[in-house]
Amino acid sequence: MKRRQFIQASAMGAGSAALLPFLKYLPAHAARADTLVVAIANSINSMDIHRTGTNRPSYQIAVNLYDRLLSFGTKTMPDGSLSYDYETLVPELAESWTVADDNSHIDFVLRADATFWDGTPVTAEDVKWSFDRAVTVGGFPTVQMAAGNLESPEQFEVIDEKTFRIYTPNPSKLTLPDLAVPVPIVINSTVAKEHATEDDPWATEYLHENPAGSGAYKLEAWRPGEMTVYTRNDDWKGGPLPAMQRVIIREVPSASTRRALLERGDIDINVDVKAKDALELQEAGAVKVVGTPIENSMSALGLNVAMAPFDNKLVRQAIAHAMPYQEIFTTAAFSRGLPMWGGESAEPSDIAWPQPYPYYTDYDRAKALLAEAGYPDGFESTLSINLGLADWQEPAALLIQESLAKVGIRVQIDKIPGANWRTRALVEKSLPMHMKNFGGWLNYPDYYFFWVYQDGHLFNSMNYRNEELEELVNNTLHIPVNDPDYEPNIKRMLAIAFDEAPLIPFYQPFLDVAMQPNVEGYEYWFHRQLDARSIEKT
Amino acid sequence: MDKLKLLARRLLQALPSLAAIVIITFLLTRLLPGDPAAYFAGDAADAESIAQVRAELGLDRPLVVQFFVYLGDLLRGDLGTSLNTGRPVLAEIANRLPASLELTGVALLLALGVAVPLGVLAALYQDRWVDHLCRVVVTAGVSLPTFFTGLLLIYIFYYILGWAPSPLGRLDFLYIPPATVTGFYTVDALLAGDLEIAWAAFTQLLLPAITLGLFVLAPIARMTRAAMLAALSSDYIRTARAYGLHRATVLITYAFRNALLPVLTTLGMVFSFMLGANVLVERVFSWPGIGSFAVEALVASDYAAVQGFVLVMAILFVVLNLMIDLVYTLIDPRIRVEG
Repeated sequence: MKRRQFIQASAMGAGSAALLPFLKYLPAHAARADTLVVAIANSINSMDIHRTGTNRPSYQIAVNLYDRLLSFGTKTMPDGSLSYDYETLVPELAESWTVADDNSHIDFVLRADATFWDGTPVTAEDVKWSFDRAVTVGGFPTVQMAAGNLESPEQFEVIDEKTFRIYTPNPSKLTLPDLAVPVPIVINSTVAKEHATEDDPWATEYLHENPAGSGAYKLEAWRPGEMTVYTRNDDWKGGPLPAMQRVIIREVPSASTRRALLERGDIDINVDVKAKDALELQEAGAVKVVGTPIENSMSALGLNVAMAPFDNKLVRQAIAHAMPYQEIFTTAAFSRGLPMWGGESAEPSDIAWPQPYPYYTDYDRAKALLAEAGYPDGFESTLSINLGLADWQEPAALLIQESLAKVGIRVQIDKIPGANWRTRALVEKSLPMHMKNFGGWLNYPDYYFFWVYQDGHLFNSMNYRNEELEELVNNTLHIPVNDPDYEPNIKRMLAIAFDEAPLIPFYQPFLDVAMQPNVEGYEYWFHRQLDARSIEKT
Repeated sequence: MDKLKLLARRLLQALPSLAAIVIITFLLTRLLPGDPAAYFAGDAADAESIAQVRAELGLDRPLVVQFFVYLGDLLRGDLGTSLNTGRPVLAEIANRLPASLELTGVALLLALGVAVPLGVLAALYQDRWVDHLCRVVVTAGVSLPTFFTGLLLIYIFYYILGWAPSPLGRLDFLYIPPATVTGFYTVDALLAGDLEIAWAAFTQLLLPAITLGLFVLAPIARMTRAAMLAALSSDYIRTARAYGLHRATVLITYAFRNALLPVLTTLGMVFSFMLGANVLVERVFSWPGIGSFAVEALVASDYAAVQGFVLVMAILFVVLNLMIDLVYTLIDPRIRVEG
């Protein structure tokens, strides 16, 4: 008898015999049909996505434990896997919504039967309190709300108990999708207010450890550094009832350990798979690997145009021609992505995004461009990488170092750890050549350009500024995609980015997830966290 | 009475070093190039939200003010709140330190159990096969990096053979941890009279403890061998032998007891070293220990957490050294611990 069978048998026998074992065992194992065991790499550090310092893995709490007004639909990808569909908005807490004819406001009607976990109905009052909180607490939630032009509590109004209105003085195509990202959660304001204090009017201390929502799952246990456990909220009204009764999320920092656990069948799904493991697991075929290109994201090289010689466009183009694209793709990314080089024309033929930039490895061309720019013998520089992402950036940097040497550019590799990276690359913008991997939540090319190519924005670590592009982004960001200006504007942005080359993309990375063959319904989400609500085990 | 006085005096002597540690860690964390405000402002921050976070964290105030605020909190026994986990640093450490101590303790016991007999035998049978075996084990233990040994053990005993439980921290998730008394799961489970959980916790401990133990076998075995060799070639052993004392008496009462002193000194160092160095083992075995907490805090420039960690470690070392000094007096009555 195997250990697992033994334990199951003893747990079953215990039901009739004694109650004690029920306290001793969590009825939780990958072998059980109604329990999902998940391995993640990093610690979940908060239950509250609005808190300062809440990290990325904690966003799955917002996704699974809370509801938003809206959510996105589902689509099937070319390879048969599932992905959220950013073109379709579906109801979550709002059963319907109407945009006013003059675009001045949007009205949401809440589901009549939706309740919080404590049984109290979800009201427009709760929605307003939660949205007020998101636009007021500052930091990430406030910035994310602002991306959809949701900036002040005055925009939110309670019409009646079940009707909520958002005023949109600056209408934008980003407003509605921004309500479906993890940030604008609806919190049980009655519970939260009970724990609010004068110093802490938004109950951040309480909600940090005690979620209060209406979501599909409730928190059963949270032990930071070890595990988080959800149980299903059987009264959930925000969508079809999830198949999984209990979800156990284990924090397993070592990639090799996560892989071994999956292959041994002790976990159902590993959501942080290294590119190398994904490739090998797929070849071995014993577990299912799903790789989805991460929307609106590219692994790239940034050139700081505020520093000579990268202020010279010819130098930037030369570097773009001296990149060992294929080697980077196969060696550093293990081919887990889509190539973003070798585009056919300097004029984009469509507005697909991301799309390959018109550069390819051509050392002679690179040398000619360098000579034309006045650097026939090359120059010296520093190439910085983020140690937190060393698994692709380090091999890529070594390959780049070798390639650039062929055209006379001698670079030193500089490795920078986590917190430091943000400061030096993004805030001070002081790195001459550096690796980049920004990914935007709202899937529009103009949204990417806003963050990466517009002057002064955090992810424009290249210090890039182009007057025409500034205006194009400002004019395009909020107009609907069916506006006659939209497509020509996007094409022009792409043409500028191609020609000016402050950013040299290599590939669009995959989000790799590996799971047992009996796990169905896994769906890719732009927030890259596991939405357990759609998972089933067959 | 004397012992108590002595204890108090030794603890008083530790105060200046602790004060120095408080100042140095405060300054060092601030000197680190990372900016916690930029880090914690999150994924899509702008200059305004970073400034907002900085003000919220009190990092916009002059360094001197920050220091005195920190000192004031410290005197009230408040180590501050970790930005990363959003919980009091003291609670985090209280939660994670037992996990590390339990692992390190078991690893040290395992290492001692192997290294001391091996060292003694190697000294007794110098240049014979035991000595060579000792040399091989020691070299292997020191030259294999801990994360490699850890992964290798997981591969063999968990992945291939299936003997070891899943490397998922302190307890398989089938079990609920025992009520906290000492914080050591094995001890707590035994106190609660639950043999099954004690066994489960112990089996979880085995692989990481062996990994860590292998790494520190070397210094202990080498030191035991050297100390034993020195003792065996000394005059008093020759005398004892000449008197025709029983071989066991000569070896254990005279040689081994004298050889223990340097071994004990090494042990103190090894233990401190292990506590700091087990972060790699913690990662491989998903062990929720203090090392991974400290590294995460360091990467995020989480000042309060880093300062709290260093301070607690410093206190631990002071206590550890004091304990070792006290044990000296038990082994060698000639040694009197003077203030």
